Amino acid sequence: MPSCDAIIIGSGTNGLAAAGRLAKAGRKVLVLEQGAVAGGGAITTEFTRGYKVSAVAHLLNLLDPRVEQGLDLKSHGLEFAATNVSTTALSPTGDHLLLEGSYGETISGSLSEADCAAWNDLRQKLMRFAAVLRPFKAMTPPRLGKGVGNEMLKLAGLGLKIRGLGRDDLREFMRLMLINVADVLDDELKDNRLKGIVAFDTVLGAHLGPRSPNSLLLLLNRLAGEALSIPKGGMGSVAAAMAKAVQALGVEIRLNAKVQSVAITDDKATGVILKNGETLDATTIISAINPKTTFLDLVGSRHLDTGMVRRAGNILMRGNAVKLHLALKGVPEFKGADLKTRLVIAPSVRAVEDAFNPVKYGEFSQDPVMEIVIPSAFEEGLVPKGHHVLSAIVQYAPVAMDSKARAAFLKRIMATLETYAPGIGKLIVKSEMLTPEDLEKQYGFIGGNWHHGELAAEQMLFLRPFIGVAQYETPIPGLWLAGAGSHPGGGISGAAGWNAAERILKMEGRR
Amino acid sequence: MNDPRLHFKKPLLTSPFHARTSALSKLNSWGPWGGYTTVLAYDDESMEYTAIRNQASVYDLSPMVKYRITGKDAAAYLDRLMIRNVAKLKVGHAHYTAWCDDAGKLLDDGTLFRRSATDFMLCCQERHLPWLLDSAAGFDVAVSEISEEIAALSLQGPCSYSVLKAGGFERVAALKPFQMADFKFCKSGTLTISRTGFTGDLGYELWTSPDRALELWDILFEAGALYGIRPIGTNALNMARIEAGFIIANMDFITAEHAVRGDRARSPLEMGLEWMIDFDKGHFNGRRALVEEKAKGTSKWALVGLDIEGNVSAEHSLIYHNKKHEVGHITAALWSPATKRNIALAMMQRPYHAERNGDLWVEIYASRELQYHKLMVKARVIPRPFINLARRKAVPPLNY
Repeated sequence: MPSCDAIIIGSGTNGLAAAGRLAKAGRKVLVLEQGAVAGGGAITTEFTRGYKVSAVAHLLNLLDPRVEQGLDLKSHGLEFAATNVSTTALSPTGDHLLLEGSYGETISGSLSEADCAAWNDLRQKLMRFAAVLRPFKAMTPPRLGKGVGNEMLKLAGLGLKIRGLGRDDLREFMRLMLINVADVLDDELKDNRLKGIVAFDTVLGAHLGPRSPNSLLLLLNRLAGEALSIPKGGMGSVAAAMAKAVQALGVEIRLNAKVQSVAITDDKATGVILKNGETLDATTIISAINPKTTFLDLVGSRHLDTGMVRRAGNILMRGNAVKLHLALKGVPEFKGADLKTRLVIAPSVRAVEDAFNPVKYGEFSQDPVMEIVIPSAFEEGLVPKGHHVLSAIVQYAPVAMDSKARAAFLKRIMATLETYAPGIGKLIVKSEMLTPEDLEKQYGFIGGNWHHGELAAEQMLFLRPFIGVAQYETPIPGLWLAGAGSHPGGGISGAAGWNAAERILKMEGRR
Repeated sequence: MNDPRLHFKKPLLTSPFHARTSALSKLNSWGPWGGYTTVLAYDDESMEYTAIRNQASVYDLSPMVKYRITGKDAAAYLDRLMIRNVAKLKVGHAHYTAWCDDAGKLLDDGTLFRRSATDFMLCCQERHLPWLLDSAAGFDVAVSEISEEIAALSLQGPCSYSVLKAGGFERVAALKPFQMADFKFCKSGTLTISRTGFTGDLGYELWTSPDRALELWDILFEAGALYGIRPIGTNALNMARIEAGFIIANMDFITAEHAVRGDRARSPLEMGLEWMIDFDKGHFNGRRALVEEKAKGTSKWALVGLDIEGNVSAEHSLIYHNKKHEVGHITAALWSPATKRNIALAMMQRPYHAERNGDLWVEIYASRELQYHKLMVKARVIPRPFINLARRKAVPPLNY
């Protein structure tokens, strides 16, 4: 006799969001986490004694409002060290640009009036288009066919909204949908710093350069999120609040419980088998981990058709972002930049594209581009007094790096940092660099991809994670997907998990 | 010619038996099959057919696509691949089988030989290496194409056992249909003989290495001289296989990977292969789609046998219900010498294959000295195979 209705594999934000949504609907849910803490990629780590930092993602911009409000994360301890975080486009000469408000609502620094005006126009246009796409994130992707459970009313509304852009805007929307960001930036702007930062934000976390086809779509996806914020205590506190919230709803979270396989009886998912041999039964099994791992390891090809194994194996999951943590014994000085901002080193479109080129051939960038956050500048308590911790996402590094390549890449990163923040090297107490390979090992990011499947036009909406399973349902009755590998993708969001739970409830209601 | 870039200079390969087949090919009538050039008719199609049913016939089977599947998980792998239960296939036996894509549409049919618990050979019409390799993910198996490593002959006809006996292979007497055994010949030659075939008659298939091909041919023709042994081409074989009710991929159905039009692929339920599906053996490719097709009754087509009035072969003809509504088409047809009937394999829209098959007409365009005469003749659904020869199954086989 099963002790719960649903088992969720993985306690990342999506697993917890799905758990919360199902628990709110009265389901008895068990969440299984292989690690010692809940949170998946949303955790805070003490990477060296006395220095705490968000282990993977360090900024929040996609947290789904349905999750935040639906689970009342605030009352379960989610606080912010900063909201509406500004961005500094760093210049090696100290001639920085400061982008404030919601994605550069205002810009200060030495920017020409023409560029200022051009940026305003471009930004507004992108925001309008992003707003059209935003609602898609909060729904099950539609599918061609009758009786496939499409949310027709919602879709009709969204269609109208796109039509509502007006003729010129619609034409422009269609033009931009699959364009590359570099072309747009070259068309509209002159300032290299500004173009550089937009190009960087577009390709952050992707296996794309600004000149890669369809890259602009990722910028629209990003802009469809919320303003940047930093949770108090690091990203772990988001997961902690979610865990508390779902536990309050009656969800049981079991830690150190690694799922070995999904139990399948008479072609139905009937439970999971843990690494320790224990079998847990439930009628609904939800995998909130990587879809490739789910199908190929937990389910296994014996229970799947060859075509499906092919598609699961072919999900693009290339990740080239490195996570860098530096424990500093003093205040780093970025030539006058405000440390209470997001600091970006991406001096031009060309610089980002050049950084991307080597990784196509399995080599790392000689002049990496990066996003830096100094969490200790925003809140106390993370590090010893007077010290700081620097957290950076650095691109691009190949998945396979030997110790020599690692050391060489770290050297290149430090050389870049030294250019922008002279003397920073001398402040370092301890450093930690997590390559795509490390992230795969520690967090199950197959291929080093943070989104459990590249976010790219060919892997979005009904193509995510691949055709046939984009509506969270799998061919094995009772087994569902709810991870970042499903629509709408990664980031500390919970949207995929919430959507999946909604879908499960809807389809159960139909039976 | 070893430079692979020069492949276009010789678009069709020749079989290991080419030295013999080309010498006997009086009509010089050749056709491509699986990348090889093969004899369509040696000298007289009718006499070749007659040899299949009355004497002993030899057909060069070498172009048949062949795969070897070995490894600890070979049986499990094949059980996931095939619609038939491979676990039930005994060592030293072969069975007719078929396999599907995810949508439950046929990718091909073929014969699966089990040489040992972990060693299989699969023979089929089309090439499938990418599918077979991709299906191997998660299984401890090795899959390789061995088409060029094996020379094969099909010895068919009532006298085929007598020929083998005369050739020194009398041990084949013990073979039941779909059984096989290994033999030695000419000192170091090794030969596998299986009691299989594509004619519906008593017959055997002989498998050896290409370097011993000509020796094998010569043994058979020397031993068979008194039994009227005769090489046959594809045309004669096709006549016999229609009588036996056998289907051929891309003639009687389009394989799913070749189908361009969305509605052309066929499921095993539609091709009359339901008898071989084992829904209870665990998951296999296409199972979920087939379960649904069966449960919902969504099969659109049915392959049937037809007995057609008159004696004009109905190849490529359309079938009408009540002389008005088109309800199917002929995939293979001939005036059958063995049954003295005008028979055909037909792809029928359901329910005209069974419930509403009372008023079927075939529209035949009969060519009479460069003028087509349109015939509308009555057709009747009859069971396949059209022939059922006791000698095919007799153990030991009879001496003819």
